[in-house]
Formats: sequence, structure tokens, C-alpha cells
Amino acid sequence: MRLLTVSRRSFLQTAAGGALGVAAGLGPMGRAFAADLTVGIVYVGARDDFGWNQAHAVAAEALKLVPGVKVVEEENVPETDACAKTMESMINLDGAGLILATSFGYYTPFVVDMAKKYPKVEFRHAAPLWNAEKDPKNAGSYFGYLNQAHFVNGVAAGASTTSNKIGFVAAKPISSVLSNINSVLLGARKTNPKATVQVIFTGDWSLPVREAEAANALVDAGCDVITCHVDSPKVVIETAEKRGVKTCGHNASQAPLAPKGFITGAEYKWSTIYKGYAADIADGKTVPNFTAGGYEADFVQNTPFGAGATEAAKAAATGAIADMKNKVPIYVGPLKDNKGNVVIDKTYGNLDPFLDKMNYLLEGVVGSIT
Amino acid sequence: MSTGAPTASEIPRRALGTAKPPSAPADTYDFGSRLRANSEYVVIPAFALLMAALLFALFLLAIGKSPLDFIDYVWKGGFGTAFSFQNTLQRSSPLILTALAVAIPARIGLIMIGAEGALVLGGFAAAAIAVPMVGVVPPIITMPVMVLTALIVGGLWVGLAGYLKYARGVNETISSLLLTYIGIAIMNFFVEGVMRDASNPNKPSTKPIGEAYMIGNIPGTSVHWGFLVGVVVSIALYFLMTRTTFGFAARVTGGNFRAALAQGLPVGRLIVSCAMIAGACAGLAGYFEVAAIQGRANASLAAGYGFTGILVSFLARHNPIVIVPVAILFGGLVASGGLIQRRMGLPDATVLVLQGLIFIVLLVSETLYGRFAIFRPGDAKERT
Amino acid sequence: MNSGLLTVLIAMLGGAIRVSTPFMFVALGECLTEKSGRVNLGLEGTLVLGAMVAYAISYHTGSPWAGVFAAGVAGSALGAMHGSICSLPRVNDVAVGIAMMLFGIGVAFFFGKPYIQPTAPRLSSLPFGGCTSDLNLRSALDINPLFFVGIAVALLMAWAFANTRWGLIVRTVGDSAAAARAMGISVDFVRFLSTTIGGFLAGVGGAFLSLSYPGSWNQGLSSGQGLMAVALVIFARWSPVRCVLAALLFGAAGAIGPALQSVGITQGYYFFNAAPYILTLALMIATSSATHSSRDMPGELSMAK
Repeated sequence: MRLLTVSRRSFLQTAAGGALGVAAGLGPMGRAFAADLTVGIVYVGARDDFGWNQAHAVAAEALKLVPGVKVVEEENVPETDACAKTMESMINLDGAGLILATSFGYYTPFVVDMAKKYPKVEFRHAAPLWNAEKDPKNAGSYFGYLNQAHFVNGVAAGASTTSNKIGFVAAKPISSVLSNINSVLLGARKTNPKATVQVIFTGDWSLPVREAEAANALVDAGCDVITCHVDSPKVVIETAEKRGVKTCGHNASQAPLAPKGFITGAEYKWSTIYKGYAADIADGKTVPNFTAGGYEADFVQNTPFGAGATEAAKAAATGAIADMKNKVPIYVGPLKDNKGNVVIDKTYGNLDPFLDKMNYLLEGVVGSIT
Repeated sequence: MSTGAPTASEIPRRALGTAKPPSAPADTYDFGSRLRANSEYVVIPAFALLMAALLFALFLLAIGKSPLDFIDYVWKGGFGTAFSFQNTLQRSSPLILTALAVAIPARIGLIMIGAEGALVLGGFAAAAIAVPMVGVVPPIITMPVMVLTALIVGGLWVGLAGYLKYARGVNETISSLLLTYIGIAIMNFFVEGVMRDASNPNKPSTKPIGEAYMIGNIPGTSVHWGFLVGVVVSIALYFLMTRTTFGFAARVTGGNFRAALAQGLPVGRLIVSCAMIAGACAGLAGYFEVAAIQGRANASLAAGYGFTGILVSFLARHNPIVIVPVAILFGGLVASGGLIQRRMGLPDATVLVLQGLIFIVLLVSETLYGRFAIFRPGDAKERT
Repeated sequence: MNSGLLTVLIAMLGGAIRVSTPFMFVALGECLTEKSGRVNLGLEGTLVLGAMVAYAISYHTGSPWAGVFAAGVAGSALGAMHGSICSLPRVNDVAVGIAMMLFGIGVAFFFGKPYIQPTAPRLSSLPFGGCTSDLNLRSALDINPLFFVGIAVALLMAWAFANTRWGLIVRTVGDSAAAARAMGISVDFVRFLSTTIGGFLAGVGGAFLSLSYPGSWNQGLSSGQGLMAVALVIFARWSPVRCVLAALLFGAAGAIGPALQSVGITQGYYFFNAAPYILTLALMIATSSATHSSRDMPGELSMAK
């Protein structure tokens, strides 16, 4: 409950800052910074992976344009004590005042330990893990609820599929991936009550050969719209395009990769959050500890429609985006999982922490978690 | 001229009896001569490292970067400050143990590269056995149980490859590599399945073992005890391989199993024991990864320490004591990699290129041994 | 379930053709190298470097086949490096292989960074499935010409080993260096040449990965495929034709995991994904024997001694 209060307050702040930034065109221009700020960003993979890391890198570019802000980045940092040492190095040797840790596994114990060790530095982590009671005050979380954008993907996919089968190539069965899968299903069912989602888990975040095999297997099984949640969707989208089926993207814009079949894609808009942080620090305000939101906070977006989007799909998707901005709930209970148990008992708001613990696939998704 | 005695396969059989080893020790084999002979093992590798550094400097110049900057950042990021040096020591801790996992079988002539799999499974087993014990059994009992479990599981995994080599002649390099991939799959299966901690939905892990059961840092430093344990183990294994009958038998067997069998040595037992010791070392590294760093077992255990350990062991010529400074050198390279990325704008693959170059140059330098008269005092005496 | 079984079988057929091609090339390259008495574990690095070079050249020149050729040249450069280093006395070829693997991967990732984003022209496949109306079968039979090139190379190699003077020379060098020297053959030169040509083939295999299937360049492209291919050669007992069969088997095994998941058999997918490794290990255990090192093993291989 408390987290929700914090997030509402903070997202209003950040939305205000973001809106101002958008209005100004380039971020808080013309504001004098108390002191120069060095922001250290830690990536788990390569910055130009057409996926997760690229989304952060694009936002980092926006940050670099803000006067008075210097950005240092390090990529390919594994989720071991290497990331703790990287953060320390950025603080000690580069003088970083704000650390953005962009990979899930960085938080426990590394970000928490570093935050305790360096109380004057702000640490923000890209997953909704910060706990107001247990974690240090100079640590915090930020998160975009990408599943809202995947919901929009699903709406468009449901209107586009003729076989009623949507294929999803997933990396690992963790809750944010599962939420994306379930959101695609619920979105598809809005425009096509007979739609199903077929899931194949590859087992790791970046396995190009297996992702290609999975995409082919899904098309073989009859899916005519393919989407995914892997670190770099490039291979999945290209393979699906070669097979002549439609695609929905993830993380970054893959529209150029599928000139015939691309419908739309779920993208993060980290720049809203990053610029908000920079603005706060410039004004000497404390950076909010928990910043999470979806469409209503402008933290996520959908890629502009591609050639594969029909008029019907476009109309439905645009309507869905408006719904998301108006906080219309996606998970309207009661809902069962694909094993028959009721897992969502009532309707939950889109930012409800209950949904962060998702470990099931809803009825209508073909696939299993282990 | 020739670089040494012709190999057995190249001499017509009747000449064998009269061939004379070229560097038979002369009667006056004093300390000075011994020093000169042994300095070969320091001078040639040092020369090789220098060559590698020069080649890499050329490479940097060719892509428009300054080698001096590079050295500066390696120093700053790896060794120059207390923070950097401790960073280096921490990074080298798993490398010491995984390098030992390659060095011990190498002494018996086996090239086994299964340290990564044994590390992962050993760490996982330690975390798994802790699950029922956390909160119930005090740390003083739990921690040794965890260590033992890691040692046994890791030892059995690589021991399997050793056994397959002995019993079925299966090539140990390939089998240990395959077992690595299979081991990682097993770990992932359990960590995402039955052993999964339900309260951590976004990163499949085993349940955390909790602060009370974790290994802390060496007092006054920010390096965990695993480093010291690694050093102690390397010294112990050095003594095992050079001062005991086991070690002697292993070295005699090294590479020529048939001759050893003919001499009555228990080759099978030696092979499997060496493989199990190797696996136990890697499993111990896995234990420290879980108990000192992560606090739980998950996919982050497979961080490539096993593969870097292969390099370290080869560069140390499979000598357990030398492994420690070589591991520290590599730890420093890896530790400074971040600074190099940030300051010089070089991709992290740069460190890979450097490591590969060092490895190649050092291997090429193998051929320099025995060529220079200055290192062969015995010969000089004989020629007069 | 019948249609499910059919789907899995077709997927395995497709996988066997698609995924086996790089294995085939690397295995054939390694087969040649090992027949001459040398082990080259560095082919994993050659594979990755070949993939990067192929993608880069295809991007710059617009011709994917130029990329394939360039990949072969890059592969042969690495092979030549390996060959010349190993011909120095007292150098352990297994260790050099591991070093070359690191070096090759490092160089590939280092220079390959700018090529992760752009899209390079890809190799086109020949559609052999025109006769069938089943879309899945049709796509499974979309075969890249390199597949046939690989089979042709294998047949050529097999014939050459058995029937030509060159084949005899290579085999002699691999079985007994003393005998070869007695015949006046330069052992080092033959091994150098075999390793270089082996590298060329492995480079072409890498080109297939980045230009055909999966048809993309990034840092996770190869997951030990080069090393698996070396295992395949041992399992295939150094016969080029058996290398092709082993590669096909491997490719089919790699397709099992995703195929089963697509028809609804979704439990335990980690093990199905590990099927190629488990299969190779099982086959190696079954075909090895402690009492006699295989008759087919070239006598000069360091692992034979």
C-alpha cells in the first residue's frame, strides 16, 4: 500500500518534470546546475543489441544532451561482484553521483551493499525491488510496466491473426516475462476471443540459434503473429519475416527489420525517467525512491505501426493505448491459469504489486514454466 | 643445430642405445649453476610477456589508441590504489581455484576443461543443502557441510570425466567440456524448478542462505576469505604434487599411460583422483561464489571463471604456486577492463584479445626452452 | 498427437538441414586437420571470426557470397597461425587451440561491434519444397546451397583420402611422421596446409551462421558449436561422410527442444535443449573403448599417444 502511495507521488513529480522536459524540447534547458553531475550507467550486455540494453542506451543519449550532466557507461558487466566493483570504480574514479543499474540481478546484494557503503551517492535500479523498510534510503527502483505495451501488441495481434495462434519466444520464466505473455493473451482476447498464445522458452537471454529454431517451430505449429521477450529480438523478428508471418516487437524498434510484417512493438521510454532524475538533482531535490509506471506516466510506448498493421488493428491498438493512459486495468479477475487454478481473484490495477509476483501462465497460453 | 635429443620415433632403433642426453649434469652442479638453469623458467616467460605487451601496443597504435594510456589504466584500475588492488584480489580468488582444477590433471597429462561445470554444480549443491539447514542448524555445522557438499559434488562431476577416460578411453577434453554444458543445464533446471525461491519471481534462485551463513571479508580488507583459502589450497596441492609419492607417481604417469601401467603404477586410481581433486577445487570456487558473493545459487554462477582458469593454469605452466601470481595478474586485467572501457572507449572484448595474445605468445615461447646455452651450465662444463 | 508428431519430425528435418551446416563445415575442416595428425580446438574462434567477417564484408560490398569467401580467407589466416605455431617444437597443440579460440573470439567481438546494428544482405536459399503443399515441409526444405557444398566437400574428401596421392600423403603424415619423412615428405608443411584449409572450411561454416541461419551477427552467436564439431569428428571416427551424418544428427537434436515445446510438450525444456551435448557424450562413451585406441585414429594425434 505504502509503495503505491510513494509511486503516485513520485510519478506526479516525475511526470511534471518529464512534461516540462518534453515541453522544453530537450530536457530542463536553461536551468543552472548546482554542480556537475556524473551519471554512471551499468549495462549487462552490449549497448547496441537492438533490445534491452539499447533501450537504456538510447535514453542515456538523451541524458547526455542535458547541460551539466556527464555520463559514463560500462557494458557487458555480469551479475556478479563485478558489477559491485564497477559501481565502486565509477564512484571512486569517475566521481559518479548517480548510478543507474540496469539489469535485474544487480540489486541483491550488490546495489544494496554499495548503497550502504556510499550513502552520499544515489543508486537507482531498473526493477521494482526497492523496499522502503529494508533497503537504504539512497537506493531506489524505477520501472516501466512494459506489459501495458505488450497488451497493446496483443490487441493488434488478435485483430491480425487468422489462425488464432500467436507465437511468443521467451527467454526465462520470470515474472516480468510472464506478465508480458499474459498481457499479450488478454489483449488478443479483446479483439479475438478465440486467440491463444503459444510460448517457447529458450532458457537464456541471448541464444540466437535457439531463438531462430523457436520462431520456426512456432510458425510450423501454425502461429501467424510472432512476438518475443528476449534480450535482442533481432533474430526472432527476422526469422519470422522470412517465413512470411507478422511480427510484434519488444524493447526497441525492430520495424526496419520486418518491412512487410511488422505490426507494432512494445518499447521502453527510459528517457522520461532519466531526465526526471537529472532534473531533480539539478534542483537539489531528492530523487524519488520508487518510480514506476506505464502509459499513464509516459514510461512505455508502442512503436509506430508498420506495414503489417491493418486498419482494424491500428484502430483497436490506438484505442487500447488510450485505455492504458486512462489506467483501465488489464487483469480483470477472476482469471485461471493454464492448469485450471484461479490465480487472479479480482481485478487489479495495472501498477499493483500483486502482479509483480506473477509465476503462472493464464488459461489460453500454451506452455509451461519448467 | 638440434634442440635436444631426437624423439624416439625418429631414431632408427639400433642407434637408441648410444644416444646421449645432452645436458647430463656435470659433477660440479653448484647453486649458481642451478640458479642459472632454473632462471630459464622466469626469464623466458617474462620475455614472452614483454613480447605480448609489445604486440598489443602495436595493435592499439594501429587502431589509434595510446598504449601508454592503456598501461596507465591497467595500473590504475588493477593495481595502483588500495581499492583497485583489492578489486583485483577479489577477482582472482575464483581464478586460483579454477586454474588448479586444470593444473592438477595436467600434471598427469590430461587436459580437462570442466571447471566451469563443477563450479556451477558445486555452488548449487552447497546452496541446495543449506536450504533445509538455514535457521535450524547453527552456522558452525552448516558451513562445513556446505563446503563438503560443494567439494564432493564438484569432485564427482569432473571425476566422471576422468573415469570415462580411464575406463572407456573417452577424450577427456571433450567429455569435460560436454559435462560443463550439461552441468549448467542441470543447475538451471533445478534453480528454475523445484529449488526455486518463490519470493524472488524475477531472478530464479535458490533460497538465500542469509547473512549468518555467509563468508565475510578478511578483516581490514574488502576481499573475502576465499582468496586466502585459494592460496592455502594452491600451496597444499603444490606439496602434494611435488613432495608426495602420489604426486611423483602422477608425474611419472604424465602423458604415457601405457608405460606407467607397465611399471605397475595404479593409473586408473591416479587419473580419477586427479580428476576428483580438480573438480573439488572448482566446486570450492562455486561454494565461495555462493557463500561470499551471491548468497544463493542462480544462473550468475556461470560467469566464465572456469574458462579463464584454463588460461591461468597454462600460463603458470600448471605449477600450483605460480598460479597465484598469474591469477592476480589476470584478475588485474579483468578489473581494469571496466576503466579501459569507460576512459578509452574500447569494447570489453579488448581484454579478451590481450588475454589471447598473451596465451599465444607464451605458448610460442615454449619452444625457446633448452635452446640457450646460458641456461645450461652443465653443457658448458662438458664442452671443455 | 499424430499431427504433433509430424510437426516435430518435420521440425527435426528442417533443423537437421539448417543447424547442421556450420557443424558440417567445421567438422570437415577439423577432420582434415586431424587426419594430418594435428588437433585444432581453435575452430570455435575461427567460426565466430568467420561469422563476423562474412557479415561485415557482405554489408560493405552488398554481396553475401563475397562475405562467405572472405570468411574462408579469415579462417585460413587463423588456421595458418595455428599451423605455424604448432610446427615449432615442444608446443602443445591442444593448448594453442584454446589460445586461438580466445584470440579469435576476442578479435571477432572487438571488430564486430559496429556490425551488430546494421542489416547485411543475406544468402538466399533454394526452395526444394515446391512439390509439397504443406507449408512447414516447404520451409524445412528451404535449403541453402552451402548445405550441398558441404556434402560435396565431404564426398570429395572421402574420395581423395582413399584414392589420391595427396590423400595418402596426408594420411601417412597423420599416422606415422617417421614413415612420412622416410618418404621424403615435409611433415610440417603438410600439417600446416591441412590446418590452413581446415580453417578455411570453418570460416565458411561461420559465414553460414551469420548470413543464413540464424542470419544475424551478435556476440552470442555461437554457443560452443566449434568445440562440439571437434567432438563430432572423434565420434565420426575421422571419416568425412560420417562427419556429415553426425552433423545432421546434431542438427536434428538441436531442433528437438523448441519443436517439442511448440506441440505442447513443455516440461523439462532445459534437458531437451541440452540434448545435443548429452547425445554427443553418450555416443562418445558408446563408441570408445579403453583397450584399444580406435584403429581409425590417426596415430600422430597427441591424444593417441
